[in-house]
Amino acid sequence: MTTSPLRPVNPAPALLAVEHLAVSFTQYERGLRRRTVTPVTDISLDVRAGEVVALVGASGAGKSLLGHAVLGMLPPNATPAGSIRWRGEETDVQALRRLAGREVALLPQSLSHLDPTASVGAQLRRAARLTGASRAGARAVAREAVVAQGLDESVLKLYPHQLSGGMGRRVLTAIALLGNPSLVIADEPTPGLAPESVTAVLRRLRSIAEGGAGVLLITHEITGALAVADRVVVVDRGRTLEESPVEAFTADGERLAHPYSRALWQALPANGFRMADDHTRVGAGMRGEDLAC
Amino acid sequence: MAVGLLNGPPLTVGRLAGRLARLLSLLVAVAIGTFVLLAASPIDPIEAYVGADSASIGTEQRDQIAERWGLDEPPLQRFTAWAGNVVTGDLGTSQVFNEPVIDVIADRFMASLSLLVLAWLLSGVLGFALGLLAGARRGTWLDRTLTWWAYTLASAPTFWIGLLLLYVFSVSLQWTPVCCAGPIGALPGEISLLDRLHHLILPALTLSVVGISPVLLHTRQSTIETLASDHVAFARSRGERLPGLVLHRVARNAAAPALMLQFAGVGELIGGAVLAEQVFTYPGLGQATTTAAMRQDIPLLLGIALFTAILVFIGNLLGDLAHRAVAPQTREQGGDASRSESRGELRDLAREQVTP
Repeated sequence: MTTSPLRPVNPAPALLAVEHLAVSFTQYERGLRRRTVTPVTDISLDVRAGEVVALVGASGAGKSLLGHAVLGMLPPNATPAGSIRWRGEETDVQALRRLAGREVALLPQSLSHLDPTASVGAQLRRAARLTGASRAGARAVAREAVVAQGLDESVLKLYPHQLSGGMGRRVLTAIALLGNPSLVIADEPTPGLAPESVTAVLRRLRSIAEGGAGVLLITHEITGALAVADRVVVVDRGRTLEESPVEAFTADGERLAHPYSRALWQALPANGFRMADDHTRVGAGMRGEDLAC
Repeated sequence: MAVGLLNGPPLTVGRLAGRLARLLSLLVAVAIGTFVLLAASPIDPIEAYVGADSASIGTEQRDQIAERWGLDEPPLQRFTAWAGNVVTGDLGTSQVFNEPVIDVIADRFMASLSLLVLAWLLSGVLGFALGLLAGARRGTWLDRTLTWWAYTLASAPTFWIGLLLLYVFSVSLQWTPVCCAGPIGALPGEISLLDRLHHLILPALTLSVVGISPVLLHTRQSTIETLASDHVAFARSRGERLPGLVLHRVARNAAAPALMLQFAGVGELIGGAVLAEQVFTYPGLGQATTTAAMRQDIPLLLGIALFTAILVFIGNLLGDLAHRAVAPQTREQGGDASRSESRGELRDLAREQVTP
């Protein structure tokens, strides 16, 4: 079952529609020799309200750059091309920066995303201020946000190094969801987590989508992505290879259009650990043990 | 010495005694070292005391002075006698000023204190603010200018900077006085606060130059590192812009190494004061040090050495406490691992500066 990434599924415009995104970087080598590298050449995907879309690919495939481009956070020496539309409207970097934090939220999972020198409360209050809360209102918003994540109010007084991994991930979720974003971008949420934590994180992503927001899950762990996503977009070396509903990843993978996706699927331990000769890179970029947990 | 103290175990009540023991052993070492150096000095204290008239006094008078100052005894005996007095709280009498050493130090230190504090604050605040600015605007002409300026200051000797400032502001522009802590001829009680500040500003500026560069360059480096960190990327994804990032996310992260450095730099500050006070004829502790050294005033020099050793020790102690206060993650884990890690980080920072 082959589908074009741009196939309209329902008439309402997608929250986010990325078409033919390319990102190139200008770098100066020793001396003043300029060179341009283009890690992202052609990625297209769309995310609708209430669904989880997984963006799957090996490390270095350009997945995270897409996330940064959508948040308007590319470094100054990067030049994006192609189009990013928000609710059907064309955007530029300024528009994307305005959306960041209000409509679009990044949801990281590692504790290094919390400022080690500021208390949880201070960081939540600052995040609330950024979504437009008043100084007095920010306090209440921060309290509600941690309680909504099943944490005690006393967490607000703690510093990041005093949090357990699970608490920290809840705090990060609380911060990301403060402004009731319509789109949540989860960038590599699961590496290095114990299986039960992975399940908890993925369940949380699913519940965010069920709450009406769109979720873009950026990951190289295809098993996790398949467990939670509605659609899977496979990227390799900066370009979209195919977009499939999650059901296509079954049996021998014969319903997958692209040989790369098929190889990806077949390389999973549960599917026989098979490695196609011309796709040894798949094994290098996405190790079996990563995929297994 | 500074490094040894900073590498020490975290401060708890139980370890306070260890710190005190360290301070005591430090003071003993400083006293012995200073005394050995002075005993080996070629300057004859009596000749230095009498000055140009030394030809007009006979050997008899010479012997009398030597006996009165105890110079006829062997060095070891002199040292033990002095050390015995110090234990009872008596630092002896300054030969040059003819006053108890403790009074000379107290007098001169009060004069130097405003200079030291002003220079310390100036270098800390300026260095930190400019470091944040340079780091946040990395690669721009502003950053290049500030970095270049910091390297120039770091390689310029204090006395030379002092002479330069004197030439520009006192001689050419005549905005500031040429010397001293107050108008020439005025009695200490008659000098107004404004006059004091007017006489203070140029020496303080000169002295602050010693401390600006390291703080600026370290702050710039930690600003760049913090701006590249995960938590700043997360803040940016929430719509935070550069001024907010620097104020809310970077400043406190960069403050920890800057504060440590600033407190550990107290020793260099006092060293710089010796030169700056000499250039501006500012009657402070630094000038007293030079006088004591030039004229072999052994009790005074020993007293000053002990006093500044205590100051530097306190500076390092406060640096440790300040670091703990702004970097909460170091408070509880304590242990040697985290300490050496943070020191290693500082070392790495220092190394990166060599090749910007």
